[in-house]
Formats: sequence, structure tokens, C-alpha cells
Amino acid sequence: MSLATTTNYMVPTGREEPWRFTPLNRLAGLHETSVELHDRISLEPSDIPAGVVITVEDAEAFPPLSTTDDHIVRRVRDGVSKVLLVSIEKNAEIALPIFLIRTMVDMTPEISRVQVNAGINSHATIVIENIGEGVLAEEIEFNLAPGANLRFVTLQEWSARAVHVARHHAIIGKDATFTSYVVSIGGSVVRISPTVEYTGPGSSAELFGLYFATDGQHLEHRVHVEHGVPGARSRVNYKGALNGNSAHTVWIGDVFIKAAAQGTDTYELNRNLLLSHGARADSVPNLEIETGDIVGAGHASTTGRFDDEQLFYLMSRGIPSEQARRLVIRGFFSDIVSKLKIEAIEERIMNRIDSELSVVKI
Amino acid sequence: MSTLEIKGLHVSVITEEGAKEILRGVDLTINSGETHAIMGPNGSGKSTLAYSIAGHPKYTITSGSVTLDGVDVLEMTVDERAKAGLFLAMQYPVEVPGVSVSNFLRTAVTAIRGEAPKVRTWVGEVKEAMTALSMDPAFSERNVNEGFSGGEKKRHEILQMELLKPKIAILDETDSGLDVDALRIVSEGVNRVKENQDLGIMLITHYTRILRYIKPDFVHVFAGGRIVEEGGPELATKLEENGYAEYATA
Repeated sequence: MSLATTTNYMVPTGREEPWRFTPLNRLAGLHETSVELHDRISLEPSDIPAGVVITVEDAEAFPPLSTTDDHIVRRVRDGVSKVLLVSIEKNAEIALPIFLIRTMVDMTPEISRVQVNAGINSHATIVIENIGEGVLAEEIEFNLAPGANLRFVTLQEWSARAVHVARHHAIIGKDATFTSYVVSIGGSVVRISPTVEYTGPGSSAELFGLYFATDGQHLEHRVHVEHGVPGARSRVNYKGALNGNSAHTVWIGDVFIKAAAQGTDTYELNRNLLLSHGARADSVPNLEIETGDIVGAGHASTTGRFDDEQLFYLMSRGIPSEQARRLVIRGFFSDIVSKLKIEAIEERIMNRIDSELSVVKI
Repeated sequence: MSTLEIKGLHVSVITEEGAKEILRGVDLTINSGETHAIMGPNGSGKSTLAYSIAGHPKYTITSGSVTLDGVDVLEMTVDERAKAGLFLAMQYPVEVPGVSVSNFLRTAVTAIRGEAPKVRTWVGEVKEAMTALSMDPAFSERNVNEGFSGGEKKRHEILQMELLKPKIAILDETDSGLDVDALRIVSEGVNRVKENQDLGIMLITHYTRILRYIKPDFVHVFAGGRIVEEGGPELATKLEENGYAEYATA
């Protein structure tokens, strides 16, 4: 356990652009230097498949691989003495997902750093599940060697009071592919920043997200893709539903195409479905392009209400309204969920969506 | 033997200028095995009649009654009407993204029949119905109405009608947007269901073209929100020659 004390960067006040949507007063002090953050490795691996090594290492021996100006992430970096290291051997073909489960039990603020190294031409899937009640600030870095193919699934299935701030940063090497699925359903405040940088041509990132906010929840996802090398590709597809009073979601989609990044191919999409009044979805796509020599760059953002015509159509075939609503919502998320290809998790997400839906009549 | 009885039906919609009456006293009785063609110019209220019977929330019934075998339909929710034996084949079937045709059909049939169909017989039943409508089996893996051509949407409506086995079906402009081949296939489907299930049909159309394939027992001319003339199939022939001009001021 160590006390994070470094204060040579600004404590956010809420007026800064990256923090303007976040309810700082509900972060349980994660951003306040006066609040002690406990250094604890609470992720538990289950059944580690061959080809994967998971160890706890001194943080100094495995310094961060990327830079960040995120105040809370820097507190994590300063505060942790240990790092959970996940190493996937080169050429490993790992069919079964690597499960890491975190069960938090109290509201003591906790910090965690994880580094995932995917070896050359390795194939693997990592699943991180967050459950229980807690306050967590974490950073996970993924370092994909050339030709690696890494899928990352993270489930925020927190209990109602949980607070979770995270940065997931992927460094994608030549011809490597990173695919992430960020599923945020539980918690009081969840703020996740999935960020990507590329180090070689032929690299690709597909970032998927699914969130469902009910009464009073704040679920924020801040995607940042930095195309700094030629010939890389990115796809972003985040979908959210909101149900209930003061449910709030934020999606930021920053894509930067630097002058050197000729041949970039990028598209980002965010869709929100408002299921009740009093809910609010903020959606801010942002594309900055410094070179015209690209394959494609686009973005789309839509926020709409539940379509009563769909409901009428299904009901006119005898399907009761509650079931018809569930069908439509499941359908809304299905293009993302069906890509997971992990049946147990797909079913769990869909069931959780069903239960979110029954929280408030729509 | 079933009977759909519509009496003195008045229906309004809310517009920006306030309530606007669209149906102005519709009387119509449809029995099992009968085909009633409802023909009229655009804007005469034909579709409003269809959607009001199905229970679309946009329409307000201000007076009159609709009963199926003596039971008040207007008191029922939309799904209850379907369970009671009413079916509306829509002019513009709605897309439901992410919901596969097979999931949709199975869910609907389970709701209507009150129990899930047995897997073994169900697969065969769907396949047979699809084959009869010249539908590719791969169709069932697509999302409901998403990216369907006009003909595919209408075939899909008739497929549902065949599987849900209603007592009375309302076909709202089922012929619109169909080429000759699709019109023939869809019409044969309707005739087959009518034959096999003793279906009563309300066939709403603007054109007489579909009546070459689906023979009406009765023809009702609809104008200004009500039925203004009734007759047998010969009335359709007259409409084909003269159009709706003489009813324009009705």
C-alpha cells in the first residue's frame, strides 16, 4: 500500500474539457490528492491456458509504455508499487478466453495497473469482469507485437454504488489487430477511456462498446484513436440505451489522423436509444485530419427515442408489449453482442439488459 | 365460422390543428371465407380503417363498435387483437433491426398459440410455408424487414399470416410495389391461406389489378371516410373503367 502524493499536475475542477461531463463530486475522491488510494492487485485469474503467463511484478521494472495527461491515471501510475503482467507467448494460438475477475467488497479507493504483452503472431482473448461494490482507478496497457491478434472484453457489472475510472490503452504493432468490447451496465459512475496508438502499417483496431444507464447512473466512454503511422485502420461502434430519470451517458469519439498517417481508414459510430424521459445522452464525435491522402474517414452519431412503430408491429403479431420491448432492445445491441462469440457472456449481457429494462416501465 | 362486425365507426387523429375526423361512420361485416375488397382513392381513409381495427395508438375511436364473434375488439390491446384472430398485413412493414425473422416468427407463433411450437414440426412448417411463397430459406436469418425489397416485405407479411392462422385478415395495399411475378406469388399465398383456413379477408386496394388474382365476393367503394357504394365483383370492373371521379364529392 502506498500513498499517492504527487501533485505536479492539475487537479481537475470540472471546467476542463476532458472533465466537463464527469460528476467529480461522485468520484469518491479518486481525483483528490488528499484522498489516499490503496494499491491492491484485486484481479484474480481463473484457469490460465497454456501460452499465457500471469505474474505480479514491480512497477518500476515495467514502467508505463505510453504517455497520458489524465490526472487520475497519473495518480494510478504514481501510486502503484506492483503491476499485473499478462504475457502471451509469440505464435500462441489460445482458443479459450483468459478470464480475470475482480470482485470488490468495500468503498475503499483502489488503484490498479495491468500490462498485457501479446507476442508476435499470437492470438488470444482476455476477459476482465468487474463486479461488486468499490471505488477503482485503473490503467490497462496492451502492447501488441507485429501480427498479434488480441481481443479484449471488459464487463462493468458493478453494484449500484461503484465508482470506476479507467484507461485502456492499446499500442498496436505492424499487421496486428486489437479488438475491444467495453460493456458498462452497473455502477454509479463509470468513466472509461479506450485509447489506441499504432506503431506500424497494416495495424487495425476495432473498438466496440455497449452501455445501459438507468436511474441516476453516469456512464462515460471516451474513445481516442491516434493515427500516427501510415496504413492503419480503425472502427469504432458504441451503442447505448438509457432508461430512467437522470440516467446520463457520455460518448466522446476522438480520432486524429496525423500528417504522416497516409492511407488511414477510419469510421466511428455512436448510437443512443432513449427509453424514457429525464435521461440524457451526450455524444461528441471529433475527427481531426492533417492529411488528405487517406482511404476513408467518417463518423456518425444518432440519439433517438424508442420507435413505437416497431412496438406496434411486433404487438400486432400477438407479442405482448414487455416482450416486444425486450426484443427491440436486444435487437438494438445484437450486432455488437453477437460479435463476442463467447456464448456464456453473450447470454449474460442480454439477460442483464432485460433486467435493466424492467427497472422502469417505458 | 367467425364474424368481424364494424358498426358506425368514427375515428379521429390528432393533428397540429386539433382533432381531425377521418372515418365517418363505417359499417361492414366480414364472415369467414368471404373476401371484401375495399377500394377507394388515396386519402379516403382506407388505411385508417385497417390500423384502427388493429389498434394503432395514433387513432382515436370516437364512436361506433368493432366486434369479433361478438367480443369487443376496441377494448383489447394490440397483441390481444392478434390473439383473438385478427391480422393486419401492412402496406409498410416496419424494420426491426437485430431481430431475425426466425426469432420473430417463433416468438409471434408462441404468443398466438399460447405455447412454443415443437422444434421438429416447426422447422418443417416454416420451410414449407416459405417454399410455397418462393422464399429462400436463408431469408429466415435476416433481420425483420431490414433491407427487404418491396416484394420480400409483402411475402414476409403473407408468410406470417399463414403461420399465425388468423380468423380475419386485413390486407392493406398488399399489391403496392409488387411486380407482376411477385403479385402472383403473394396472391396465390393469400388464396391458399383462405382455402386452407377459411379466412375472412378485407382487401384494401387502390387498383383493380390484384382482383384478377384474388377474387372478391364483395366490393365496397370507400370515399370521404365511409363506404359510399357496395356491390359484387362487377363493381370493380366499373371502377376500372371510370375511376373514382364520381365519388370525389361524396
